Amino acid sequence: MTSQAVGWLTGSLTSAHPLTAAARSTTLTVPGWPGNDAGQHVDVRLTAPDGYQAVRSYSIASAGPGEEIELAIDRLPDGEVSPFLVDDLELGDTVELRGPLGGWFVWRPEQTQPVQLIAGGSGVVPFVAMTRAHASVGSTVPMQLLYSLRTPEDAFFRDELSQPTATVRTTWHYTGAVPPGWSRSAGRLTVEDLQRETLPPEKAPLTYICGPTGFVEAVSRALISLGHAPDAIRTERFGGT
Amino acid sequence: MDHLDGNVLAGPTTDLFAFEPTTAQGQCRSCADIAALGQAMVYGQPMGFVARCRNCDNVLLVVVEHAGQKSLNMRGLRWLRVADPVEHNRI
Amino acid sequence: MAVFGGRRGDDNPALPPGQHLTASFPVLSAGPTPSIDTEDWEFFIQTETGQTHRWNWDKFLALPSEDITVDIHCVTSWSKFGTRWRGVSLDTLFSEVETGFDFVMAHSYGGYTTNLPRQELLDGKAWIAYEYGGSELDPEHGGPARLLVPHLYFWKSAKWVRGLVMQSEDNPGFWEEYGYNLHGDPWREERYS
Ligand SMILES: Cc1cc2nc3c(=O)[nH]c(=O)nc-3n(C[C@H](O)[C@H](O)[C@H](O)COP(=O)(O)OP(=O)(O)OC[C@H]3O[C@@H](n4cnc5c(N)ncnc54)[C@H](O)[C@@H]3O)c2cc1C
Ligand SMILES: [Zn+2]
Repeated sequence: MTSQAVGWLTGSLTSAHPLTAAARSTTLTVPGWPGNDAGQHVDVRLTAPDGYQAVRSYSIASAGPGEEIELAIDRLPDGEVSPFLVDDLELGDTVELRGPLGGWFVWRPEQTQPVQLIAGGSGVVPFVAMTRAHASVGSTVPMQLLYSLRTPEDAFFRDELSQPTATVRTTWHYTGAVPPGWSRSAGRLTVEDLQRETLPPEKAPLTYICGPTGFVEAVSRALISLGHAPDAIRTERFGGT
Repeated sequence: MDHLDGNVLAGPTTDLFAFEPTTAQGQCRSCADIAALGQAMVYGQPMGFVARCRNCDNVLLVVVEHAGQKSLNMRGLRWLRVADPVEHNRI
Repeated sequence: MAVFGGRRGDDNPALPPGQHLTASFPVLSAGPTPSIDTEDWEFFIQTETGQTHRWNWDKFLALPSEDITVDIHCVTSWSKFGTRWRGVSLDTLFSEVETGFDFVMAHSYGGYTTNLPRQELLDGKAWIAYEYGGSELDPEHGGPARLLVPHLYFWKSAKWVRGLVMQSEDNPGFWEEYGYNLHGDPWREERYS
């Protein structure tokens, strides 16, 4: 298990760049951060001048040692916290952080099972950490990603995930609009899509699913119907429906 | 807000447990299912965290954080089994 | 430097302290949404003598009902104005009930509980609601029927209510056991005990 800093740490925003029109990558420097495993998350706490506080969880897109962590945050239009982190937080501003958190939804280089990752929307964030960890240790364990998103413009980390040298193959799936010349039409992932695009039960994969709660529920139900054992599926629900 | 995975419990239970809670195995008092806490279904946010059995919905554990205190109830767990920290996994 | 405001700061006098207005209807639940067929539904009030008054769906709908338009306030800090319900007043349901106990534990399908003083349920302040916005109450929001006690924080308005058990003491319900206020008046900001 990863060592965890006790209590709340302070992180300051040291770099940021847009990922999509609604999302940005934020890199925070966190003195005392003990490093983190791929797939872990952090709780971010914001405090208003009158003492009011809001806490939200964010997956960490980076993995490994060091005091810098990268978060990738999608703005929910009516959200309380995400618009602040995407639009308002400025370089040098600080937030409080608790973590790294979670030991269940992680991938560790010593794991030997083939890995299937299935992301819905911003649910790709912990998988970016896993693909980075996979590449950085030169893992030979098969790992592949199925990334379901609304439109091509909504992709997080597209360049990185589509690099020819990537050790993890990404299959893109669009639910709202497809790129020009795309061979499939847009639509929600079906059982047939999952059967075609993911590692089958015979390969005994460990399958990780992450995204909005409704997405995770639908995909895990479909995988169980395809014969995957419930214990071979790990899920991370981000909330929403 | 719809329900989340047991993983989200990692934050609120940090100071209560000196071990990683989400990988600890526990047995449901109601249906005897054995699972990692990370596999529980978590409801009740933002009032609190209500972790229910993935198999029978029995309440396994409740955590409410307020004013620098945490209240915990684990009545729905028959037992909790915690592995010793594995040093070689440390970063 | 960016200053976090949170979703508050409304100084609307119709808002209790620390609340903000929402147009949506957020869903907060301590468990999965139970599916309850009105064929099997019943509502009961149980007194200290062990006597239980029961209403099945038809008997319940046959009671006089009223349209209710009220503001609601969730302890998680959202308030919603002018929500429209239809339901049966608890005055009507309690009219057949004789009890000397001053407190009530509300029980829901799915196991949820919340405690209330009996007085907070009487005098036209509380209902068993079965319609919202002119349609039957969505299971997500507590259908087929929920308790509606709009002058207290909304966790007191137990969704999927199935009965009230009279109690001599104000024993805590589900959330109250973990420090949420036994009474829960939003105007006095009784969030925690
Ligand atoms: C373990 C974990 C990891 C997460 N990692 C990330 C991440 O890497 N990147 C990221 O952008 N988000 C992530 N989230 C979601 C994040 O914690 C917040 O829920 C999200 O940013 C919304 O917060 P908010 O304050 O802006 O919205 P709120 O004010 O909390 O909610 C506004 C509205 O949006 C709905 N809503 C809440 N959450 C979601 C959601 N996830 N999807 C759709 N609707 C929702 C609410 O029901 C409400 O109606 C993660 C969640 C969890 C539990
Ligand atoms: Zn169980």
